[in-house]
Amino acid sequence: MKTKMSPLSKLYVALIMIFLYAPIVVMIFFSFNSSVSTSVFAGFSTRWYTSLLHDEGTMKAVVNTLILAVSSSLIATVMGTAAAVGIDAMKSKWVKRTTMSVTNIPMMNPEIVTGISMMLLFVFAAKLVGVVDALGFWTMLIAHVTFNLPYVILSVLPKLRQMDPRLPEAAMDLGCTPVQAFFKVTLPSIMTGITSGLMMSFTLSLDDFVISYFTQGPSFETLPIRIFSMTKKRVTPDMYALSTLIFATILLLLVALNLSQIHGERKLKNKLDKGVSE
Amino acid sequence: MEDNTIISLKGISKKFDDEIILDNIELDIKDKEFITFLGPSGCGKTTMLRIIAGFLEADSGSVMFEGKDINNLPPHKRQVNTIFQRYQLFPHLNVYENIAFGLRNKRMKEKDISKKVEEMLSLVNLKGFQRRNVASLSGGQQQRVAIARALAVEPRVLLLDEPLAALDLKLRKDMQVELKNIQKRLGITFIFVTHDQQEALSMSDRVVVMNEGQIQQVGTPLDIYNEPKNAFVADFIGESNILDGVMLDDFKAKFSGAVFQCLDKGFAVNESVDIVIRPEDVDVVPVKEGAIIGTITSNTFKGVHFEMIVDIQNFKWMIQTTDYYPVGTKIGIEIEPDAIHVMKKSKYSGLFGDYSSFSDELEKLSDLTEEED
Amino acid sequence: MNKTSLSKRFFASPYMIWAAIFIIVPLIFVVYYSLTDASGAFSLEYIKDIGRYRDIMLNSIWLGFIATIISLVISYPLAYIMARSTTNVQRTMMMLVMLPMWMNLLIRTYSLMILLQDTGIINTALGFLHLPPLKMINTDGAVVLGMVYNYIPYMILPLYSIMAKLDHGLIEAAEDLGANKLSVLSKIILPLSLPGIASGFTMVFVPSVSTFYISKKLGGNTVSLIGDIIEMQFKSSNNYNLGAALSLVLMVMIIICMAVMNRFTSDEDDGGVLI
Repeated sequence: MKTKMSPLSKLYVALIMIFLYAPIVVMIFFSFNSSVSTSVFAGFSTRWYTSLLHDEGTMKAVVNTLILAVSSSLIATVMGTAAAVGIDAMKSKWVKRTTMSVTNIPMMNPEIVTGISMMLLFVFAAKLVGVVDALGFWTMLIAHVTFNLPYVILSVLPKLRQMDPRLPEAAMDLGCTPVQAFFKVTLPSIMTGITSGLMMSFTLSLDDFVISYFTQGPSFETLPIRIFSMTKKRVTPDMYALSTLIFATILLLLVALNLSQIHGERKLKNKLDKGVSE
Repeated sequence: MEDNTIISLKGISKKFDDEIILDNIELDIKDKEFITFLGPSGCGKTTMLRIIAGFLEADSGSVMFEGKDINNLPPHKRQVNTIFQRYQLFPHLNVYENIAFGLRNKRMKEKDISKKVEEMLSLVNLKGFQRRNVASLSGGQQQRVAIARALAVEPRVLLLDEPLAALDLKLRKDMQVELKNIQKRLGITFIFVTHDQQEALSMSDRVVVMNEGQIQQVGTPLDIYNEPKNAFVADFIGESNILDGVMLDDFKAKFSGAVFQCLDKGFAVNESVDIVIRPEDVDVVPVKEGAIIGTITSNTFKGVHFEMIVDIQNFKWMIQTTDYYPVGTKIGIEIEPDAIHVMKKSKYSGLFGDYSSFSDELEKLSDLTEEED
Repeated sequence: MNKTSLSKRFFASPYMIWAAIFIIVPLIFVVYYSLTDASGAFSLEYIKDIGRYRDIMLNSIWLGFIATIISLVISYPLAYIMARSTTNVQRTMMMLVMLPMWMNLLIRTYSLMILLQDTGIINTALGFLHLPPLKMINTDGAVVLGMVYNYIPYMILPLYSIMAKLDHGLIEAAEDLGANKLSVLSKIILPLSLPGIASGFTMVFVPSVSTFYISKKLGGNTVSLIGDIIEMQFKSSNNYNLGAALSLVLMVMIIICMAVMNRFTSDEDDGGVLI
């Protein structure tokens, strides 16, 4: 039963939304402040945006973050999809269950534990081969791929289970080789799972601070790490400006995604309506 | 005269998004009777049931329970209970707790609850199932638990929303008999909803045939079968050949180019009417003895009888016989006066009763789409 | 058929090797470091040392628990309202709940800090009203607020998704059997949403207990959590062995808490299968 909201419910929802958004709104507001104060608004100005754009370190961090997010999510998606297909085809219950338990570890473990455990591994390995500054892009990439993998596997596996196992057989019956059957039938039917795994990995990687913090080195700084070091000192409102820009980007992306979804559904509905009248 | 009406529906109407679902329904339901709402999907029968249960509110009209208007009474305060189409057993409770659910809401003592649950389980032949998980039960067993759960709270009226639709044929037949027995034994009113005419005819004291939100006919199963009020009812209940005819006079009807004696009277002279003839009531005779003559266009063996489609003046009749005639044979046809049923013309005239496009497969397809709702 | 599935099974091999090296081995290192000293010799010194941090650990669990319960109490009605509203409203609310989640945790925490500071906007506003300023920043309350603020979407989403799936017919059936609104809630909706509660609980409790940034920013020097202590060992004191020992204990504590929680949620349904 879908019903209209009662006034009391509306009030409740409104209060929660205020709670969720008030700090963000205040921050956006003060990003346009002409003084450094975070409590008194001295006048409108975009000086913090200009100073941000001229801050090379931050711009570099944005690029680094994107490089890391793209590469780690792509690697995790390919390896994770293959893993899901493999796990789905496993005969031995015991191997399957063990693999899944291991897959769950990075999701269940506190991030800080995942972070320091990998740091210990990297530091130990570096000592073993005699490298001095081991922590950097490569260690972060490994860490990001590792925490992305479970999300990819867990979004692809259900799609594989939903798929009719006779479908690839039907394709082979119609003359496909097993490889062709995989690419022409299996892959398209699990595609939604793969894309949502990819999207999730990408955003998790963009957003990650804790694990990056422990596996990062001075040679490669990502945006969250940069924000962390900025908030360590006394903060100037260029931090707010940066946050506002991030917020605006996310908002735009989400709205666009939502609109395209609604559009897609309408199209489908129109098609169905036509189908009925035909 | 004693008034034993338990529920009466007074001018109930209901719209969903400007689509009329129920159109001014008037009906008195008697205490202790087994009454069935029968009709195709979308005829409004389930909506009617949900209004009686209190899950939906009518746009206009009122539901009276023993003379009192209960429109504003929420479902949990009504003395009616429902058997839902998909049973709606609570998955987190076992059989015992499901049946005890309503009793606990009445704040009964645990000792009495336990006794009542026991009694209900034996009523539905599920003794010893108390601790079972409802998800582990078969469809038929879940059905029985649903019945026990609803009956445990001793409702005055039990509403059953296509309760047998999910069961296979054999189980459905058994449950029909069992439900009827339970109703007789407990002596409470059953309001049953179904689109299966065989189910309606075999179980009910009275049948309410519905279509397009309106009641088409109310009567005993025999009345409905033998004396359908219009072409819709005649077609929906059993097989019928429905022909255009003219009442020449009382007891004298003309159709298919011949004049027949019949038992109907009270029509205007030369009034246009619909004539219903059931396929099993047609006598096949040699051509020269027949009142009318037709050619067999198809013949299917059905086990008990042959089912033939016969072309009579370009109108396709369905005729059932026990003798075999090959396709293409010309046959004569004779009809006894008591086999002819005359109906007033209605908006359904001419829509039903011709077998020119008939095939078993189509029939089955339309059944399937009905069950999907 | 057998031929194809045989080869498919090996698709998982690269992942299994990866997982072994980068999931299992690091955890072995955590154990290894906590049981050795700086020279690499076996030692229980650091495990024994943990006793000194008992109060901080208990406080971390306590604050994380409070934050989780507050999130649950706030989210439950919201999830119910969301699940019962029209599709378009549901979609918009989902977006509104998820949007802050896409903002970095650091930014969210920092924006909260701006509000709560001694000279922040709330106290400035109080000053205008001639009210005494409130001490908000650097208190336990501020840390709990930070946890709730950051992690509440993780509570709302699983609750919402389980309530959206809840069969409305069951609620009707309960009403039909004489249950009023309150007993429908306590006897049907609550027990059927237990899996959602359990996963929401985990998703808020684990990051709350192990956080270090939230306590650093909103707790200042007065509130230290176990996360802060661990971070310190790796980032400033360079005492990896103690850090590893503390992490090991944190992990074990969380596993125990989750086990207790799971017991609590699965006791109620009497071994029934929740669909």
